[in-house]
Amino acid sequence: MNNPSDKKQGVQTTGHVWDDDLCEYNNPLPRWWLWTFYGTVFFAILYWLLYPAWPVGSSYTKGLFNDITYTVNGEEVTTHWNTRALFMRDMQSSPAAVRQREFLDVIAATDYEDLLADADKLAFVRSYGRGIFGDYCAACHQTGGTGIVGRYPNLSDDDWLWGGSVADIERTIMHGRLGYMPPFRETFDAEQLDVVAEYVLSLSGIDGGDAAKAQRGEVIFKGMAGGCFHCHGADGKGLPSQGAPNLTDSVWTIANVPAAETFDAKKEAVKGVIHNGVQRQMPAFGERLSPVEVKVLTAYVHQLGGGQ
Amino acid sequence: MPDSSGHSYQSRIAVHPRSIKGRFRNLKWGVLALAYGVYFLLPWLRWTRDHGPSQALLFDIPGRKFYIFDLVVFPQDIFWLAGFLFIAAMLLFFVTGIAGRVFCGYFCFQTLWTDAFMLIERLVQGERPARMRLAKQSWNGEKLLKLGGTHALWLAFAFWSGLSFTLYWGDAPTLTWAVLTGNAPAPAYITTFLLTATTYVMAGLAREQVCIYMCPYARFQSVMFDKDTLIVSYDRNRGEGSAGRAKPVRDLKTREQRQAAGVGDCVDCGLCVQVCPVGIDIRNGLQYQCIHCALCIDACDQIMDAQGWPRGLVRYTSEHALEGAKTRVFKLKTLGYGLAVLVASVLLVVSVIDREPLEISLAQVRQPLYVVLSDGAIQNSYEIKVSNKSQRPLTLDVRLHGLEGAELDLGRIEHIELGPEGSTRIMARVRYHEADVSHGIKQHDLSIDLLPVGRDDVEAVSLPTHFFTP
Repeated sequence: MNNPSDKKQGVQTTGHVWDDDLCEYNNPLPRWWLWTFYGTVFFAILYWLLYPAWPVGSSYTKGLFNDITYTVNGEEVTTHWNTRALFMRDMQSSPAAVRQREFLDVIAATDYEDLLADADKLAFVRSYGRGIFGDYCAACHQTGGTGIVGRYPNLSDDDWLWGGSVADIERTIMHGRLGYMPPFRETFDAEQLDVVAEYVLSLSGIDGGDAAKAQRGEVIFKGMAGGCFHCHGADGKGLPSQGAPNLTDSVWTIANVPAAETFDAKKEAVKGVIHNGVQRQMPAFGERLSPVEVKVLTAYVHQLGGGQ
Repeated sequence: MPDSSGHSYQSRIAVHPRSIKGRFRNLKWGVLALAYGVYFLLPWLRWTRDHGPSQALLFDIPGRKFYIFDLVVFPQDIFWLAGFLFIAAMLLFFVTGIAGRVFCGYFCFQTLWTDAFMLIERLVQGERPARMRLAKQSWNGEKLLKLGGTHALWLAFAFWSGLSFTLYWGDAPTLTWAVLTGNAPAPAYITTFLLTATTYVMAGLAREQVCIYMCPYARFQSVMFDKDTLIVSYDRNRGEGSAGRAKPVRDLKTREQRQAAGVGDCVDCGLCVQVCPVGIDIRNGLQYQCIHCALCIDACDQIMDAQGWPRGLVRYTSEHALEGAKTRVFKLKTLGYGLAVLVASVLLVVSVIDREPLEISLAQVRQPLYVVLSDGAIQNSYEIKVSNKSQRPLTLDVRLHGLEGAELDLGRIEHIELGPEGSTRIMARVRYHEADVSHGIKQHDLSIDLLPVGRDDVEAVSLPTHFFTP
């Protein structure tokens, strides 16, 4: 090295001197650093060639890999390297996806009778169904299928608004349901509302009511004045074809009677429902789910706790 | 630290051990034959089972089962491996405490494979002087052929060693054929390649450097050594006398002449150094490089026999014995290691023999914890996982126990049916009418019992759990 150096510290300088003794240190980068830098430049160029990199007008350079094949709506697509395509390919043809499809093929070929009597297939239904249920159903019906009283029905009990057989459950999932009870605020005066609520509570054997009032309510319930029997039946046991609930059992889906402490509070809950009516809708999933997914989901809901 | 020559690292000084015949060499050949017989042939041993592969020893990773003769080890039994490793470690400590580096000298795979590789080397290149000459001479056709032949044979033997290891993880005949025809799965090739490479490098090229620089056991064994531990040692008093060792030159031929001159029994022939596979001189005392292979004993015995003098100038002894004291074998340390081996072995054997053929777990569904049904009954749900560890099919009845009036519902499943080594999961629902319905969650104890049908070798299992009501 014959470069000039700082006299005091012996560090190499650039040779420029200002104001007698002001020097500029020269600390050259280590050679390995330089080669590493060249390496990164080389890597970057290689990367630009191989992978999507530069925007060009409204498009971009696609890279040299053009070998990712997957299926969209029955059509085979081969495209350049991108993570979306990799994801699609993995979901369709990775070993795990192929293995899962084998199981699904078995489920598709099994009818409900055999499916519900086979422990191994039901175990698969519980594992796979939990995922579909979580994606499409749990937002309303909650993770365990318990629903929310007053809003979404409980699927883990044995009380079914629209029927609890696999055929009923499958129809519900495929086509959705529209639950409707008209409001009676125009029809009933306060006295009528009170006695009908008394009668409804008496149907499921709740103590503390006035038997005379309940009797008067029964007349309205079963007569043309109320007309409740049209949907709920003369015996109050409901009509699954209308989605009309059974009023004689212990399960309440709209009026939160079990949560109310006193008889009066329970009656208020029932009166609210009669007064305001009910309008609920479950969307149809027939378009969104494949037939085998509907089948798994049906069996899953059926085994949640009370399938018939 | 850099040495005086300015280099940080010492380059390897090649060791060319001379072969030797003798008691310990024969013993070592015997151990080698036994170990190789087991290692190379065991995967090929067939076995009859009611269910499962026909290979006596098979570690079935995809099936998550280890087949060891009539024992099938499931993943849940993996703690046996911990027990086995503990026993192996304690046995090593026990043996080392009493008899020194017996494992290193006779049983370690590094020693066994190095021995086999040296045998190949000797058969191709000849004895020590021939090998040294060959190493020194410049490259020509002979050197190329002999060294190339040695390495080719090494590689072939290393490949066979690596392949044999792989065969424990699959059906040996099928897998061998698949590997040779290029149809085996990638892990088989990777495993075979890695073991071929390590065998070739460790036993062919690195050899004693593995013991000296890489093996941790060689270093921490000093903890287990004491003055009563058996070591291969040179008897300095006898060998050196008062005037040191000397060649059997004129006037120093007979033992009487030597003793009169104060010279010891060591004739300084150097054979013990020539046969040493790690290239040390045993006469320099106990050294950490020494793997106690006892070949120097064979070498010295041969010389002593030729001289007509008693054997044992180099022999198995202890530091205490060399000092003239008594060797104590039974001490707190050795007894403790021995006791640990014994207790752990008994526990492991009992655990293996006493294993239940049925593995069951029960998990209560907690979301929801309970459901009110239309007739007012409360329902709790339980998921039961059952594994049949036996080789025969198993049918189980499910019964409730301990909660009066509760009903069990398994849906449309009547029994749990398990195939040989099969497992499944079922959902069990329990319904119960709670008489007292005041508020607050209440908890009842009950158990779900699984009763084997038609098999008396399997015991009924009772799963205690809880029933919750609002």
